[in-house]
Amino acid sequence: MSWVGRSIRRVEDPTLLRGVGMFVGDIGGAAAVRFVRSPVASGLIRAVRGPAYTIEDLDADGVGNIEAVLHRPDYVRLAQPLLARERVRYVGEPVAVVVGDTAAEAEDLAEQVELDIEPLPAAVGIDGALAPGAPLVHPDESDSNVMVAGEMATPGLAEALDRAHAVVDLEIVSGRQAALPLEARGSHAVTERFGGRTTLHASIQAPHMVRTVICDLLGMPEADLRVVAPDVGGAFGQKLPLAREDAIVVWLSRRLGRPVAWIEDRSENLMASWHSREQRYRLRAGFDAEAHLESLQADVVANVGAWPCYPITWGVEPLMALAELPGPYTPEHYGVRSRGVASHTCPMSPYRGVSRPAITLALERLMDIAAPRLGLDPVEIRRRNLQSDFPHTSPTGLRHDEGTYREAMELAVRHVDLGAFRSRQHVARAAGGPQPGIGICTFSERTGYGTPAFAARAMGVTPGYENVELSMDPSGYVTVRIGASPHGQGLETALSQIVADEVGTDPGRVRVVASDTDRTPYGWGSFASRAMVLAGGATYLAAQQLATKLGSLAAEALEAAADDIVLADGRATVAGTSVGVDIAELARIAHHHTQRLPAGATPGLSVQAGYDPAGTFSNACHVAEVDVDPDTGGVSVRRFVVVEDAGRLINPMIVDGQIRGGVVQGIANALLEEIVYDEDGNILTTSLMDYLPPTVAEIPDIEILHLETLSDATVTGAKGVGEGGTIGAPAAVLNAVNDALAHLGVELNEMPATPERVRAAVRSATGTPAGPTN
Amino acid sequence: MTEISPADEAVPVVLRVNGTDRRIAAEPRRTLADALREDCGLTGTHLGCEHGVCGACTVLLDGEPVRSCLLFAVQAQGAEIRTVEGLADDDGTLHPLQEAFWRHHGLQCGFCTPGFLMLSAGVLETRPDIGDEELREALSSNLCRCTGYQTIVEAVRSVRDAAGA
Repeated sequence: MSWVGRSIRRVEDPTLLRGVGMFVGDIGGAAAVRFVRSPVASGLIRAVRGPAYTIEDLDADGVGNIEAVLHRPDYVRLAQPLLARERVRYVGEPVAVVVGDTAAEAEDLAEQVELDIEPLPAAVGIDGALAPGAPLVHPDESDSNVMVAGEMATPGLAEALDRAHAVVDLEIVSGRQAALPLEARGSHAVTERFGGRTTLHASIQAPHMVRTVICDLLGMPEADLRVVAPDVGGAFGQKLPLAREDAIVVWLSRRLGRPVAWIEDRSENLMASWHSREQRYRLRAGFDAEAHLESLQADVVANVGAWPCYPITWGVEPLMALAELPGPYTPEHYGVRSRGVASHTCPMSPYRGVSRPAITLALERLMDIAAPRLGLDPVEIRRRNLQSDFPHTSPTGLRHDEGTYREAMELAVRHVDLGAFRSRQHVARAAGGPQPGIGICTFSERTGYGTPAFAARAMGVTPGYENVELSMDPSGYVTVRIGASPHGQGLETALSQIVADEVGTDPGRVRVVASDTDRTPYGWGSFASRAMVLAGGATYLAAQQLATKLGSLAAEALEAAADDIVLADGRATVAGTSVGVDIAELARIAHHHTQRLPAGATPGLSVQAGYDPAGTFSNACHVAEVDVDPDTGGVSVRRFVVVEDAGRLINPMIVDGQIRGGVVQGIANALLEEIVYDEDGNILTTSLMDYLPPTVAEIPDIEILHLETLSDATVTGAKGVGEGGTIGAPAAVLNAVNDALAHLGVELNEMPATPERVRAAVRSATGTPAGPTN
Repeated sequence: MTEISPADEAVPVVLRVNGTDRRIAAEPRRTLADALREDCGLTGTHLGCEHGVCGACTVLLDGEPVRSCLLFAVQAQGAEIRTVEGLADDDGTLHPLQEAFWRHHGLQCGFCTPGFLMLSAGVLETRPDIGDEELREALSSNLCRCTGYQTIVEAVRSVRDAAGA
């Protein structure tokens, strides 16, 4: 029986359950680092007084600037200092740094530092940053706040819109949000007294990349820096880019010759870590008489904050929107302008889903708004428009491998029993009070992409591949060293299942080593729903090589043909016979009796493999049922159904965990979570009393059904699944809220749909029924 | 007039943690969470917000779940404190709640897990027959960013049901 496909318990868990995991804040034994941060959104630094290090100290040591680069003509290149130089550009920007013996002492020292800053007007929000005469965030480098602007159009777009049977215009807005890992960021560095080698432990997603950029900044060989991501308490994209604080922690430990640690507090995390999602989409869509989406024109703006993030740059949100906006649909004509606009606010990094929650919100609101105008219901309009011929090449050249776009929707609709829901809704409409609504969302998710996809972005560094080193030791146990960097996903367990099947052992005899640059091959880490596809694929290929080696050893020992050897249950046997040898015995021979190996064979049992696929598309359909109280604007989610196709499920329990956790973040993005600035650029949401992640009280159980299209785009047949939950949920919830209030003529296209926004939408409603009618 | 110690001058404190007396010197301003983590070396108690919302630092104080980031160490003198490190048996056997979280996939990154385990232990010990709705309400005290909560609820419910069976 195969191990792949079974929901075995996670090998990661016992340590975490006993409370003996090792997160950065648990290491201890270090002086405390505290950053002094700008209290104003924009200003000129006149003086910094007090017991602190500033940019002058970094400059004196020759520390370099961060350069997050896209090689494209419409991209503004900047050199970002590790501490503010001359100007501050957002509330929370690090200006100075202090070191104390304890965290309390460091806080006391930080309070003694006086920042003399001349405040300047700030550009806040998309409209504020784009307005004529808006304060410029980087006046020396650019005469506008537009930092990247992609544009493309297929021929004939304007004509296609002109001759469309129906044209639908739509604006959707996504508020600014934070990934909010429960463990905030942090780092801990120790420099050896002799030799001068530094070890950095940091709460990050990509240790090898972080080592490269810190060594570039500090002018040191990579061999002299070991970077370890110990247990990481959630990340969701926020711990992917370089944190300037981590580079400064390394610099301080080398300069002071003592261990130092920075443990970010929650207020810093909300104010000055990374934000995401502040976007506006304006769509014009042309449908033909059969309700096919023929032409799609989009204007996208993402407020990307004050600085780019390394290495992904501030192109990540706007350019993903440009490339992936057509989603699961097939417009023949597509045109888009997508801009990243800088503002005096916290910089942006990827957050689970990146642009796709907003892309999907735009497309799925479009379908629900277009449906009644075309005399259709939300199911039928999607049925007519979802991709069904594979592979499909999008107008931007993305190849969609085989999926189940329509099948997923049909299954979801059957599962929820739409007819029964409409009957309940009919009764509730007559009764008044809270109104039930239902919302459908279908989407595709590009996952598991390697170098080709990143190369198309023309990044200063090009991520993509993953390498795996795999060895069987003399005891017959397998060690898998990976470049990916799991932080709670359960990748170690899933990889051990793949290895166990290929080499005929059980997962208990497999150990996965990750997240330590001294012990793993160079790789890119865990992000972008890639680890199972990339590290899983490389592991699968390496395990096959190991199996081949074991097969030839067994053939030699058993005097049989290598093709006849079967590896299973810890034994190598000759097919169809009981003649066999323990795999552990073969491991002994490979290491300790190499005189018995065939001439020319390499001693030991070590192999390595790389994997670098073009990518694959997962797909799903989400259905949300909500109750909306038109009098209070309160929304409660009553039911949530997911039909997901993520290809082969290596460990279904883990996959469901990824989906469920993602959906809950998506529901919160749709209804609760928003980073708010006032008009002067002061951030108003710096505690968990102001920024509202959901508790179990706001969240229903999530019903999950699977379709399993074994992808030919990946060697394991698995597709990525880390982000899908968060991508689909906002649109499903917003469509449900609109459905609930359709009889009042309400149209609400902004997330989060807070009670305030729902009430405003009810007050300004036309009174003319709109929306789905099936 | 009583002399008041300065907040940053350490005073002797005795904490009774998981059945053992710990003699430490702690500044009056030191929180119970910091004292457990840094003076007692019990880093299983995690800090997620330090303002009493997330519940990652939940420990039991005389059987009641409390936020250890909102208490000073000096306030906990004389109380029985229990942390995640005290949940498993001395021989290493996992507590039924730890087993259930493992079996039901009630954790992913594991950062909130000690807080949820101690919250659940406190709730089930004081209200072993707690109803589903009340249990959900009690568990809404803490935040988890990974699991979506459903598997945590299922884990705790399974322990309640097994104990009552």
